[in-house]
Amino acid sequence: MSMLTISGSPHVHTDDSVQKIMRGVIISLIPAALVSFYFFGLPAIILTLVSILSCVAVEYLIQRFVMKEKPSVTDGSAALTGLLLAFNVPANLPIWMIVVGAIVSIGIAKMSFGGLGKNPFNPALVGRVFMLISFPVQMTSWPKPTELSMTLSDAVTGPTPLGLVSEGLKKGETMQTLMNQLPDYINLAMGNMGGSIGEVSAVALLLGGLFMLYKKIITWHIPVAFIGSALIFAGIMHLVNPDHYIDPLFHLITGGLMLGALYMATDMVTSPMSVTGMLIFGVGCGVITILIRLFGAYPEGVSFAILIMNAVVPLLNKAFKPGRFGVVKK
Amino acid sequence: MRLKTFKIGGVHPPENKITAHKAIESFPVPTLARVMLHQNLGVASVATVGKGDEVKVGQVIARQEGFISSSIHSPVSGIVTKIEECVDASGYRKPAIFIETKGDEWLEGIDTTSALVTEIKASKEEIIKKVTEMGIVGLGGATFPSQVKLMVPEGNKAEYIIINGVECEPYLTSDHRLMLERPHEIMIGVQLLMKASGASKALIGIEANKPDAIDLLTKVAQEYTNIEVYGLKVKYPQGGEKQLIKALTGREVPSGKLPISVGCIVNNVGTAFAVYEAVQKNKPLVERVVTITGKGLKEPGNFMVRIGTSIADLLAHCGYNAEHEAKIVSGGPMMGKAVTTPDIPMVKGTSGILVIEEGVERVAIEPCIRCGRCTRVCPMGLEPYLLAMASSKKMYDITEANAVMDCIECGSCHYICPAGRPLLDYVRLGKSETGKIMRSRKSVQ
Repeated sequence: MSMLTISGSPHVHTDDSVQKIMRGVIISLIPAALVSFYFFGLPAIILTLVSILSCVAVEYLIQRFVMKEKPSVTDGSAALTGLLLAFNVPANLPIWMIVVGAIVSIGIAKMSFGGLGKNPFNPALVGRVFMLISFPVQMTSWPKPTELSMTLSDAVTGPTPLGLVSEGLKKGETMQTLMNQLPDYINLAMGNMGGSIGEVSAVALLLGGLFMLYKKIITWHIPVAFIGSALIFAGIMHLVNPDHYIDPLFHLITGGLMLGALYMATDMVTSPMSVTGMLIFGVGCGVITILIRLFGAYPEGVSFAILIMNAVVPLLNKAFKPGRFGVVKK
Repeated sequence: MRLKTFKIGGVHPPENKITAHKAIESFPVPTLARVMLHQNLGVASVATVGKGDEVKVGQVIARQEGFISSSIHSPVSGIVTKIEECVDASGYRKPAIFIETKGDEWLEGIDTTSALVTEIKASKEEIIKKVTEMGIVGLGGATFPSQVKLMVPEGNKAEYIIINGVECEPYLTSDHRLMLERPHEIMIGVQLLMKASGASKALIGIEANKPDAIDLLTKVAQEYTNIEVYGLKVKYPQGGEKQLIKALTGREVPSGKLPISVGCIVNNVGTAFAVYEAVQKNKPLVERVVTITGKGLKEPGNFMVRIGTSIADLLAHCGYNAEHEAKIVSGGPMMGKAVTTPDIPMVKGTSGILVIEEGVERVAIEPCIRCGRCTRVCPMGLEPYLLAMASSKKMYDITEANAVMDCIECGSCHYICPAGRPLLDYVRLGKSETGKIMRSRKSVQ
């Protein structure tokens, strides 16, 4: 007779796993990747691949030679960070810079805290902000989308729609003249504009987000709170002074709001555990994003907003516990 | 029909009710019965027979010791050969009465026919006395002595008898079959429970994956007064008593309190059936329905089995192949106990035996990715990730402050964890250590 196995209950387990979650997120990013490759061409593809490879390599090397533990790159989390890091930079960024970004993302923001699950800040965003501060010129020269360009020659660069509006208003131009320089909203929503590789197409990102919701990888709380509060805040400002504050729909389909709300803020490791915590976290992200966009020195505020709220997560976890069964709320 | 359910948490593991259509079969009387002396929650019973004594089926062989205890009756007729230790489902060796079977002679006065006795003659006190004498315990798995629940403490009032026909554990179908095959007996049992406790109404909850049982019991309930049957949404752990009360009445049992504090007494359908037999048929609890199941078994099924029968005999009957690597679970896959050997005796609390051949080993443990799923599925609104972390680091002030004692050990957190972390193992440890600390503090004061 063979030996029996014993263990504590339960004796069945969901067939979901960390690897499946990471794979699901990566699959959901395919539409956004395809749109970017269409508009930004070969450079975007190369940058994305280098970013993924660098992140995986950095994690593997650190686990193997520094932490001296069994490498766990097969869980897919480093690859996902690499993908998201590339999605947060302009397509014509010099290759070596994305490698630096990958080292910062994985080496500093993730592995120095102990690896998967232990990092307080979103690794891809730490990498992006590091690059933004270190290479301000390259990180803000956005190639103009040219359909299906397969060349590696220097592309024509121009501002992002958010940058254009922000700078223009500072120079005293009217909202109307600025709007005339931009593509229509349908083109913007599809992704036909300057911007980071993965952020341009709100439609493709929304598609991926719906896939993640359907697959129950994420819940609706953070994206809805994030986008909802940003729209409401921007909407109020627009109503107060439409000449100075652009309408909320523009905020939604340009810049990194969609990418941030659906993919960066929902990073499980760096977002709150309870539903109430998630809602407050989302609202915080949305409000700070619009504050920076309207009143800050940068035209875009999604990365900073999420990183600031990441720092608040331990506090949110402590302050907003789930409602217990059989305990009347005081 | 709108399905009722509880509000916080819950999971939906694959149901795998492969024996749902198998009628209850009478399992042969064992040639050797080993009757564990500790069959109920609370204090173990004390043997009243010794080596060489001749016993009949239904004769008391161990008496109740203390308030939360129960008596035990011989499940077979024959000779007591010894009182010796025997491994039970917990894996520990505990005392048991060994009886060698001779024939099947029942004690006089026990009605073993299947004739239905509808008329309730017993008074409130007589019902409680019979339930005590006949060794009735909660058959859902907790084996709490039934008479204790029926004696409503002063200051409380029983409004509802809640009957648990949920059977939310995957695989198990013994309650399902009993509801289909003995609906009238269950209803009379429910009436007895109502009379004994003074409750004016009974609510029966059955999950929607048993539509035949819901239909049948709804129909049968019309012949009785003040018994209502409700379909419940399929969601584990709906059969947890606090969750079931919430689903059926909307009331929440306060943390650390018993169901009676919200006017409810919860009993399993199997218990209602046993109460019927005890009071109306004068029959002690010597047998019960067990589901023997598992995808690797040739002939899984539901059986009426005498207490003391070896699980190994049941498994052999169902075509269990001992050569296969397996995990044998006493109970369901979510809350059952993995046993160290199939050669353990049936006890009053054995609701099923599950043989797992695929997925025997646990999945690899990965780092917690803080997805929060454990928190969202916890039916008690706890934070399993936090309790597990604090328990593993022996930070029992944190486990206490975060209500570890509220944990009902349903296992939903461990089930859902994508990183395969053994959350419940740690929480159980934390619960036991925190409990010790809390009790010692109380005794000092």
